[in-house]
Amino acid sequence: MIKSFTPTGVRWIAPTIAFILVVLWTIPTFGLLVSSFRDKDQLSSSGWWTALQNSERNNVVRTELPSEQSEVDGQFILDGNALETGTTVTAFGYNSRRPTEFTPGETATLKNGNQLTVMADGQYTLSSDTPMDGKRGQRIFIRAEEPARFTTENYQEVMFAEGLGRAFLNTMTVTIPATIIPILVAAFAAYALSWMQFPGRAIILAIVVGLLVVPLQMALIPLLKLHNNLGIGKSYLGIWFAHTAFGLPLAIFLLRNYISKLPAEIIDSARVDGASDFAIFIKIVLPLSFPALASFAIFQFLWVWNDLLIATVFLGNNSEQLVMTGALRELLGSRGGNWEILTASAFVSIAVPLAVFFSLQRYLVSGLLAGSVK
Amino acid sequence: MLQLVQAVGTIIIAVSLCIAWFWYSNLLLDKVYPASGANINRNLRTAANIRPWLFLGPAILLLTVYLVYPVFNSLWLAMHDARADEFVGMDNFIWLVNDQKFRESMFNNLLWLIFVPTASTLFGLAAAAVTDKLSWGNFAKSLIFMPMAISFIGASVIWKFIYDYRGGEQDQIGLINALVTALGGEAQAWITVPFYNNFFLMLILIWIQTGFAMVILSAALRGIPEETVEAAVLDGASDWQVFYRIKVPQIWGTIAVVWTTITITVLKVFDIVLAMTNGQWGTQVLANLMFDWMFRGGHLGRASAIAVVIMLLVTPIMILNMRNAHNESK
Repeated sequence: MIKSFTPTGVRWIAPTIAFILVVLWTIPTFGLLVSSFRDKDQLSSSGWWTALQNSERNNVVRTELPSEQSEVDGQFILDGNALETGTTVTAFGYNSRRPTEFTPGETATLKNGNQLTVMADGQYTLSSDTPMDGKRGQRIFIRAEEPARFTTENYQEVMFAEGLGRAFLNTMTVTIPATIIPILVAAFAAYALSWMQFPGRAIILAIVVGLLVVPLQMALIPLLKLHNNLGIGKSYLGIWFAHTAFGLPLAIFLLRNYISKLPAEIIDSARVDGASDFAIFIKIVLPLSFPALASFAIFQFLWVWNDLLIATVFLGNNSEQLVMTGALRELLGSRGGNWEILTASAFVSIAVPLAVFFSLQRYLVSGLLAGSVK
Repeated sequence: MLQLVQAVGTIIIAVSLCIAWFWYSNLLLDKVYPASGANINRNLRTAANIRPWLFLGPAILLLTVYLVYPVFNSLWLAMHDARADEFVGMDNFIWLVNDQKFRESMFNNLLWLIFVPTASTLFGLAAAAVTDKLSWGNFAKSLIFMPMAISFIGASVIWKFIYDYRGGEQDQIGLINALVTALGGEAQAWITVPFYNNFFLMLILIWIQTGFAMVILSAALRGIPEETVEAAVLDGASDWQVFYRIKVPQIWGTIAVVWTTITITVLKVFDIVLAMTNGQWGTQVLANLMFDWMFRGGHLGRASAIAVVIMLLVTPIMILNMRNAHNESK
């Protein structure tokens, strides 16, 4: 064992670099999460890192119409409140070039001689010696400060108004069968490739390995045509088939790596006892391979859930078939500047994979190691 | 809701179908070639020769229809016109070579191929090395690994928010522009700045792939025999020397595997470009160009020709992998 590994080395370097890497790698997602809970006006006017501070916002409001004026002691007066409750005026003005010229409580004299006062609570008074006319109220520029506001409204909006709730169901519909079906098909194949002797075994194995890297772009057009010819068209049935088949090379490869390393004595002694291959597979191999099955299931789940390409090609983009990645892509186009919608939608779509990731990380790691290190 | 019931129903049907296939086909085989009677030896041999194909059947069928056949069909399509009616020979490829967007895509793909695997592997190696002996190392690793679970499109939203640009006097709400203005620089719409925007897009994939590299390299670092490290320490090697001279050379094989795996991912990536720029401002890549010609251009021949180019780029890796697998299984 090595205890005093670095007699002269500087001990804080590794932890510092690790800390910086962790911060850099976490901040993007953290910013998204914080933003998705912020009030949408605050989100669009200040950075998420200021989410806990009071935020300042510039507004333009108009006074009541001149027709509402009242006469008090020979003065013509318009008054009202220019703010929403819970906010405070920090500055105001009447000229768009100097919108923060006056502090609350001061009286500004307008170009036409009228006098404007805005108090901190937003109460304004516009007074004039002569009756005011015109069809519109006087413009007031206000800089207001409001406390930080957090809300779940963004989530309510995306789930119901933007149709993400439906897309969530659609994604589940695609993902669950497309995760489970390939496991069974691949497990049987992996067993045959591990424990049965037949000519061509090595070649089939090599072909499976080769298919691992075939770009899906090659498959899109031929399969779309095939689905149309078969009458499957753009449907869930088609995408289940596609995902199952595209997942098979990795599934067979991973499971075969694992199943072929199971102890030979167990399988041989079962054979000697007269068990058929089918019985050996169901009763011995499947239960023993649980870790490998779980690894692949997680891979396939993440891959199908996060897929955009195959869903775009093999499913329609009507509300019955649009999956979350597709919905997110459409929102990026149509609601490009509405970050309250985009951040909340993105978080809804990554929440399930993140939950799966954090709870089953162990299997994911062991699968990765089995899949690429030899 | 009905849909989910349908999905669960599908699972049940599909799983029962699979079981039924394996069960009854095995049963049938045993009936036709019973392990008894006069021909028992011949029957057993024949059954043993057929059985593997029953186990492999569904997998082979699916792989053939969904992966093998499309490869050949795409080659055929690539030599036909827009609607796959007429044979045009190499016309699509000649057109590609002369197309401005295709050249741009090839150049950008080359940039991606150089920078993404290299940066991800380097960051992954660094992360694996610095978290190795930390008490909170596993926690750190799982946070760096996390982006792996996020979809490319979700990651694009996350990073688009970081690169966000506000014109005029407004406060910047994107992290990068806020930093730039805080340091006295000028805010910019980063993803529209030609050439450099490629790197801003690559950053997203690097962010995602670093965790993958880290996990695998970390396992490789742990697998290094302690004696070699101990010997170097006794000889007075510094931490850095131990890492660079002793550990890294021993995991070259794994580094190569990680590098090639990320290379393949890079060639296929299209979601990020589609979501961030859709190939505008000089950021087009092959996978997105193919998608463009397939859906917006509606030219099956050209789209297939681009797919074939992507296929050709992965072929060397494919052959290498197949040869390794073949040698191993012998």
